[in-house]
Amino acid sequence: MSLTITLATTRRILVQLRHDRRTLGLLVGVPSLLMILLRYVFDRPETFDRVGPMLLGVFPFVIMFIVASVGTLRERTGGTLERLMTTPLGKLDLLFGYALAFGLIALVQVGVVLLISLTWLGLDLAGPVWALVLVAVLDALLGMALGLFASAFARTEFQAVQFMPAFVLPQALLCGLIMPRDQMASWLEAISRVLPLTYAVDAMQEVSRETGFTGSLAVDLAVIAGCALLALMLGAATLRRRTP
Amino acid sequence: MMSSVPAVSVRDLRVERGGRDVLYGIGFEAARGSLLGLLGPSGCGKTTLMRALVGVQIVKSGTVTVLGEPAGSPALRRRVGYATQAPAVYGDLSVGENLRYFAAVLGAPRSDPARVVDEVGLGRHRDQVAATLSGGQLTRVNLAVALLGGPELLVLDEPTVGLDPVLRQELWELFRELAGRGTTLIVSSHVMDEAGRTDRLLLMREGRVLADGAPESLRSRTGAADLEGAFLRLITERGGSTA
Repeated sequence: MSLTITLATTRRILVQLRHDRRTLGLLVGVPSLLMILLRYVFDRPETFDRVGPMLLGVFPFVIMFIVASVGTLRERTGGTLERLMTTPLGKLDLLFGYALAFGLIALVQVGVVLLISLTWLGLDLAGPVWALVLVAVLDALLGMALGLFASAFARTEFQAVQFMPAFVLPQALLCGLIMPRDQMASWLEAISRVLPLTYAVDAMQEVSRETGFTGSLAVDLAVIAGCALLALMLGAATLRRRTP
Repeated sequence: MMSSVPAVSVRDLRVERGGRDVLYGIGFEAARGSLLGLLGPSGCGKTTLMRALVGVQIVKSGTVTVLGEPAGSPALRRRVGYATQAPAVYGDLSVGENLRYFAAVLGAPRSDPARVVDEVGLGRHRDQVAATLSGGQLTRVNLAVALLGGPELLVLDEPTVGLDPVLRQELWELFRELAGRGTTLIVSSHVMDEAGRTDRLLLMREGRVLADGAPESLRSRTGAADLEGAFLRLITERGGSTA
C-alpha cells in the first residue's frame, strides 16, 4: 500500500470525470430530478418525509454500482489494468483510490440532492443531517464496491450494465422500500435480512423518524460499512497480476 | 548487480492459452544493453513471450529470469517498462495527464513526463485528449509511458506499427540510443525490414524459435538476399510448410 499511489489514482479518476462533463452532470442531476419528481408524485409532505430519505439511500447505491462496474471493466478490457499490474501499484492502492474518488463524488451528489430536498422540497428530518449523509455515502461506497466486484464477471459493457438490475433490483424489491418487510412472505423477509440495502433503507427510516443517533442506526451503519469492506475485498480478489 | 548477468534469461518456457500450447519450450538470453528483435508472423507467440517477460502471463513450466530476479517479482516493477501492442492508456485523459499519473505510480521524477513526451516527439500534443489522437500518436503515447522512470529493460510489442517511415526511423534511432546508454530492449515486429536494425534476432514461428542470431549472419547463413527470404528458407529447411 502506498499513499502516494492511492492519491494519484483518486486524482486520475476525478480528472477523467472532469473531462466527462455529461457524466458529471448526470451523476448530480438525475437523483435531484428524481427527488423532485417523487415529491410531487406523492404531493403529500408526510409521505415524502417518509419515502424521500429511503430513496436518498438507494440512488447513490445504484448509480455508483453502474459507474464503477463500467469504469473498472474499461480498465480491464482497455489494458490499463494489465499495465498497472506491471507497476509498483498494489491492488489496494487501486481499490482505495477508486473508493476515495467515488466517495467524494457521492458526497457532492448527496449534498446537492439533500440541499434541494431540505430547502425547496421541504423535507422534514427528525434525526441529524450528518447521519443521513453518512448513510448515503456508505451506500455509495457499497454500490461502488459491488460494481467493482461484478465487473470481474462481465466481458463487455453490455453485460456490465445488465448486472445492475441483477444485483440491485432484487435488493430494491426486498429492502422494505416498496412493501414493509414484515408484510412479505416469511422466506423473503429472511432473505432480505442478509441483503445490505435492507440496512441502508432501515438506517434512513431511523434518521427520518428518530431524533439523535440511535443504537439501531449504529448497527445499520456497521452492517453497511462491513458489507462495503467485504465487497472491496472480494473485488481485490478479482484483480490478478498474472492472467492466462 | 553484476553486469555479467544477462538482462533476460529464458529457459524451456512453455505456455498454454485457451487449452492449447502457444509456446513450446522457448529458450534464449539477452545481454545487457542489447537490442533484441522478436520477429515472426502474427499469432506465433511473440506477445505471449513478452507477457511472460513482464510477469503477467501464467506459465506452464520453465523459468524466466529478468535482471537477476524471477519475472514479475515486486523488485522488478520499477525496472521494467512494457508497452502492449494495443495502446493501454486512458482515452479520456490528455497525454500529459496520462504520463503524470503513470509517473506517480512508478515513482518517476517529476520531470520525466516532459522528457518522454519529447523523446517520442509528441511535445505539441501534450494537452490533447488521448482519444482524439491518431493511431500512430496513440502508439507513441503508449511507448512514452513505458519510457517513464528510465527502466533497465524495455519490452515493446510492435511499437512502430502504423507509423510513417520517418517516425519509424526516429524511433529506431531512439531505441539504438537507449541501448547505447545501457538499456536492454526487446522489440517485436512482423515487418521484416525493421528487423535488420537489431543486434540480434529471434525468428519465431508457431510457438518455437526458428533461428537466433545477428541479422547479417542469418542472411549469409541462408544465402538469402533479405530477411524475408532468410525466413522462408529457414522454414523450408525445417521441413515445415511455407503455406
